[in-house]
Amino acid sequence: MAGSTPASLSADAPVAATHPAKPVTPAAEAWRRFRKHKLAVVSLFILAAIIFAVGVGPMLWRVPINEIDFSAKLLGPSASHPFGTDDLGQDVLARLIYGGRISLAVGLAAMFVAVFVGVVIGAVAGMASGRVDAALMWLTDLFLSLPQLPLLLMVIYLFRDGLKNLLGPEGGVFVLIVIVIGGLRWMPVARLVRAQFLSLREKEFVEAARALGASRLRLVVMHILPNAMGPVIVAGTIDVAAAIIAESTLSFLGLGFPPDIPTWGRVLFDAKDYLDIAPHWAMFPGLAIFFTVLSINFIGDGLRDAFDPRRVV
Amino acid sequence: MNTPDQPAAETLLSVRGLKKHFPIHGGILSRVVDRVHAVDGVSIDIARGETLGLVGESGCGKSTTGRCIMRLIEPSAGDIWFQGQDVIAMDAEALRGMRRDMQIIFQDPFASLNPRHTVGGIIGEALIIHRLVKNRTEMEARVVELLETVGLAPDHMRRFPHEFSGGQRQRIGIARALAVEPKLIVCDEPVSALDVSIQAQVINLLEDLQEKFGLTYLFIAHDLSVVEHISDRVAVMYLGRVVEVATAGDLYANPLHPYTEALLSAVPIPDPKIKRQRIVLQGDVPNPIRPPSGCHFHTRCPIAEPRCSTEVPHLKDAGGGHLVSCHLRG
Repeated sequence: MAGSTPASLSADAPVAATHPAKPVTPAAEAWRRFRKHKLAVVSLFILAAIIFAVGVGPMLWRVPINEIDFSAKLLGPSASHPFGTDDLGQDVLARLIYGGRISLAVGLAAMFVAVFVGVVIGAVAGMASGRVDAALMWLTDLFLSLPQLPLLLMVIYLFRDGLKNLLGPEGGVFVLIVIVIGGLRWMPVARLVRAQFLSLREKEFVEAARALGASRLRLVVMHILPNAMGPVIVAGTIDVAAAIIAESTLSFLGLGFPPDIPTWGRVLFDAKDYLDIAPHWAMFPGLAIFFTVLSINFIGDGLRDAFDPRRVV
Repeated sequence: MNTPDQPAAETLLSVRGLKKHFPIHGGILSRVVDRVHAVDGVSIDIARGETLGLVGESGCGKSTTGRCIMRLIEPSAGDIWFQGQDVIAMDAEALRGMRRDMQIIFQDPFASLNPRHTVGGIIGEALIIHRLVKNRTEMEARVVELLETVGLAPDHMRRFPHEFSGGQRQRIGIARALAVEPKLIVCDEPVSALDVSIQAQVINLLEDLQEKFGLTYLFIAHDLSVVEHISDRVAVMYLGRVVEVATAGDLYANPLHPYTEALLSAVPIPDPKIKRQRIVLQGDVPNPIRPPSGCHFHTRCPIAEPRCSTEVPHLKDAGGGHLVSCHLRG
């Protein structure tokens, strides 16, 4: 862990130079390499702490999220309200713990949608070339040129009620927001993947696999995709951050989850009118978003390095 | 080549009139505006157990020929017969089966191994694709056997390619090619990227393996002394065509084609006292987009006649299986 690894660079070097004699599994090797990226390890702990807090928090911090107490409104942090209270006297910590579940779930789910769509479209374009490639890239450019926020708003206005009836108020908005954010963020991933495929498919090791009789699917899954994933992982972590922020934006505009569901963005939105008299109310959700996004970005960096065996760490 | 159309029984590979023209797209509509004549009518035969050297300068179509034979590049025209089977007519499934018998070793030992796979994974891949092993234990045993065959240690199996030197990586590439027990191996400049001392090791390894497994090699190279050492017969290429084929000894002692003469006169002799008559060709290799008419070599040939620029010469036997493609020689 961060504490057990030697701090100085010179002490690290000989460790990196010697190769472990005993056989190591790829997962153990990746973990060993990940651990060398100290910021990523620290970030992993921070993110784990945040996930733990939103997962187990409500069982430990048993303050209801919607207990209104006007006698305790807009209080600063104290022992009974560690993160203070809002304008209705509701406990901010309890609300952040509850809302964090939704914010994190939206961020991760939207990232998976964006990366999945992007990888599929980029891979098909990169392998097919010719007309299929041109058509898919035209589609990508089309999506890139769409103004995102008006489109987001339009889609939400059009489909919110339908999905709400189908999946319930929370589920409907969740699916809608994930699809909308994911569906509008796959283009950079698709372009990245296509560019990687165009260069990788001409590499000799791919030709060698072809000469061995590997099928197209095998070439893509075993040889091209693993080598293309480095930049995609980084882009994916940025997408998590972007999705959390996009959800905050929607909630901020009052178009995300219903007002009684305190996602981080929603709490920020509610706090904006009281910035001068109760800055803590906006600061804590802001910090939660900040630390989540930052740690996910660093973890992405660490993952990219850990899965690239050429990088000596 | 004036050999009969039906290849002889002991012929493993027979290539007739192989052509590969790469289209050049241009203009607003991306139409084909021109073609690079990379391979322009190559005919060669390789007997079982033989090593045929294929030499020529950069860009003359040696590597493209090797890849067309394996159908890693689709040829534009020509016939390829391998073990009596028509390679050109094969569908994807038949081609996959054929690749058990025909393998390739690449020039660049750094680009030809997937950096994310372990050596065991790289060598074992062919075993999985062709279902040559039943389980993991069997695969590892076979990989260890192959590693030992090419002079590497069993524990190298779990390492990644970047942990090896160029020569070791080339051995991994050789082990990968050997995994399916092929009959023919196309060696595409397998030693050009290596140090001279390592070159010798790899060439000796290739020779040992040929003896042990009865392999047939198509050995592509531009280093004439390496080719002379390893080849039984040598084919010389110029601008997409084979200009001369002869046994290694015959070709080096008695070159017939003026291009071969010029090429051989450029080989350094390891004795500074010996002065040799260098034949220096005038000009550059013509553009393969618009190769010269008639004999491709006539623009630079010291003995060219008017008919060389109009009539295309064909390979003809100048005696003892020494084939040459020249109107004036042979």
